[in-house]
Amino acid sequence: MADREAGDTTSEAEGRPKWDNKVQYMLTCIGFAVGLGNVWRFPYLCQIYGGGAFLIPYLVALVFEGLPLLYLELAIGQSLRKGSIGVWNSISPYLGGVGVASMIVSFLVGLFYNTILAWVLWYFFNSFQEPLPWSQCPLDDSQTSYVEECVQGTPVNYFWYRETLNITPDITSSGSLQWWLVLCLATAWSVVYICFIRGIETIGVYVTATFPYLVLTIFLVRALTLPGATDGLEYLFTPKVLINPRVWLDAATQIFFSLSLAFGGLIAFSSYNPKRNDCERDAVLVGCINSATSLFASIPIFAILGFKATTNNNNCFLRYTGCECVCVCVTSVCVLRVCSASGTGLAFIVFTEAVIEMPGSQVWAVLFFVMLFSLGLSSMFGNLEGVLTPLLDLNMVPKWIPKELFTGVICIVSFLVALIFTMGSGNYWLEIFNNYVGSVPLLVIAFFEITAVVLFYGMSRFSDDIKYMTGRRPNWFWKICWMGISPIMLLVVLVAYVIVQGQEHPTYPAWDPGYEQFPDSEVKSYPDWVFAICVLLSAVPVLPIPAVALYRLIRRLTCPDTNKLQATPPPNPYTNSAFV
Amino acid sequence: HFCFILLWCYTLNVPGSKGSPLSVGAGPALLTCCNVTDGYKVRLSIKTALGDDAYEWSKSELFLFRAVLAFAVQRKTNNVNYDVSNILVCDETERVSFWFVVTTPDNTSELLPKLVVENAIRENRHRINSAFLLTDQTLDFVGINPTLAAPIEYDTPPWLIVFGVVMGVVCAGIVALLVSTFLQKKRAKKPSADPVDDEDGSGSIAGNGILCESIGDKDGTYNQGFTDDDRFTKL
Repeated sequence: MADREAGDTTSEAEGRPKWDNKVQYMLTCIGFAVGLGNVWRFPYLCQIYGGGAFLIPYLVALVFEGLPLLYLELAIGQSLRKGSIGVWNSISPYLGGVGVASMIVSFLVGLFYNTILAWVLWYFFNSFQEPLPWSQCPLDDSQTSYVEECVQGTPVNYFWYRETLNITPDITSSGSLQWWLVLCLATAWSVVYICFIRGIETIGVYVTATFPYLVLTIFLVRALTLPGATDGLEYLFTPKVLINPRVWLDAATQIFFSLSLAFGGLIAFSSYNPKRNDCERDAVLVGCINSATSLFASIPIFAILGFKATTNNNNCFLRYTGCECVCVCVTSVCVLRVCSASGTGLAFIVFTEAVIEMPGSQVWAVLFFVMLFSLGLSSMFGNLEGVLTPLLDLNMVPKWIPKELFTGVICIVSFLVALIFTMGSGNYWLEIFNNYVGSVPLLVIAFFEITAVVLFYGMSRFSDDIKYMTGRRPNWFWKICWMGISPIMLLVVLVAYVIVQGQEHPTYPAWDPGYEQFPDSEVKSYPDWVFAICVLLSAVPVLPIPAVALYRLIRRLTCPDTNKLQATPPPNPYTNSAFV
Repeated sequence: HFCFILLWCYTLNVPGSKGSPLSVGAGPALLTCCNVTDGYKVRLSIKTALGDDAYEWSKSELFLFRAVLAFAVQRKTNNVNYDVSNILVCDETERVSFWFVVTTPDNTSELLPKLVVENAIRENRHRINSAFLLTDQTLDFVGINPTLAAPIEYDTPPWLIVFGVVMGVVCAGIVALLVSTFLQKKRAKKPSADPVDDEDGSGSIAGNGILCESIGDKDGTYNQGFTDDDRFTKL
């Protein structure tokens, strides 16, 4: 134990921040992991594959892929006590690129994630009106009829596509900056900034991590008393007979993205822990709470969707744009369809439509959007941490710049870049970022993380670290996962994902009032230059991995006398590990 | 029916009788009353609207109509004096429908353009309806679509107000936090000497290889020798 000093000296000497207590740390990790995807992606997947049929692959993926990776990240951060770049640099300088890749992905994801929060804020601001603005169509100029676009679609769709996004018919026409979205984006970044400089380890995390659970419980109680709730739950949990191999891919990717792995945020958070901390228990707890939250969230969501279907059943002839649900009156017999949607479609179209029908709609709308905002905010902390901590650890920031200023600069830069998403075509670009940045690069980074620890750091050394931290060596289950099952599973998922994406020619649904089958979304294909950008977005975050390795290799070969461990500062001579 | 109207109107062509009320088959009327391009047809469905409380349509009711219409046009044209006699009515039927035109006060043979009349009616539709206890559907001006109930218009959109409140609180918070952090740092720096770059460690107050400034207000320094997390001590 005495000779194990990897990187545990001078970083502490410079006053590394640390958690006030264990609860803060756990809440921050849970808040980071539990995000918007738990609320609007999981219930959707559960429904399209049919309850039971989806839960089994989901649990298998959690146990064999999610938990081992989570444990690995928390353990490595806690033992090496550095942000993502420092950690991989310490393990092997050739792998410093992994940390850089994490940082780039965190930055890019933070850009569009906060834009979604800006949209949530916009809806939140608009929920203080009576009647709710998305419940009725506005009049056109002649004052004699409603706006044409609204009449053809629904008021909710019109409010989302026209009054919020002011969306252009396709991605090539960018439109102009929508000033109201710019204001909301500025508010979102300001809130993130103030929470950050206040210190996320204080009230910020207590509130943002626990508030969603409170609201979900309130919604659960309310939703279960609404008529039609049981229909919705039936749809959620009824297993579909069809066995679709794609369910495994979706389950694996859902677990992976849901736990916010490979962003570097978890490594940063656990690096603030004391050395002796049971990270195995933490990992299992965070992973299980994350999945439990997903399940818990899907119940009120689907109860409300069932209520919505029942209400609409009572007023027939409704078309839901963007999802294959039709309620048709045929000789006074309506076919009840629970319309499920994921992502922004669920939150801003389906759910807002349901909220109109509930008595006291403003209250429910406000509660819902505040919940979404706090879910997203706690995840944004992790994203921003994944960007700031590596930069601070690398000493790339001159000492005279205070942390507040540096954080402010990052927030302002992110705000300015994210202005792309406030243009008319912003939503299309956001989908591109979501699909191409938030998917393949993360899988690649995670694969390199696990191989780095297993091959470069060494399983025995890692087990020693864990024994030091938790008091026991990792048992055979973890070892088998790390050394075999998880990397293979990751590789398979990565390859399968790329193949599936590659098979479909990249298209996107466009909201085009000029389309003859409006209000259906027209499926357009990306122009070549846009597709090139998509490929770039997937490739650029991953490039640092080979680039840094190559760079270090070249330097080593050309200057063989340069000590490759030069980056790590000399150990503190006063460290006395004999007295632990 | 249509031919009959024209014939009937033509027989009533008597010029220049300003001030005399007009009604079916009685008194002089102007040819231009039935000029379709500038006149409007009105249909009232009193029984449909009021059921048992329906009032009888009479000359007085028609007089009221003309007065209300004169009021509407007067309001529209910025209080140019219109009189009941400027509203000419013809072709009344049993189910209560008729045509009307509006003449200018100065020159009775000149008619007010259709658009002006239309806008006057649109803007005062509510008043015209209430005078007769009818609605947009039961008091039908053929060719003028009822204006839909406008959604509530706010001077300042409510969302801007909420945005202003939230943004104000956040900005105030940021300023307060930055100022307090800045003041704290100034107070911390005052007693100690001016810090020099700590690369070589000389010239700055340091102890044990650690700069005093780097010891934050709450964290302190983690000294391996005195770890207090002793849960897993081997002893």
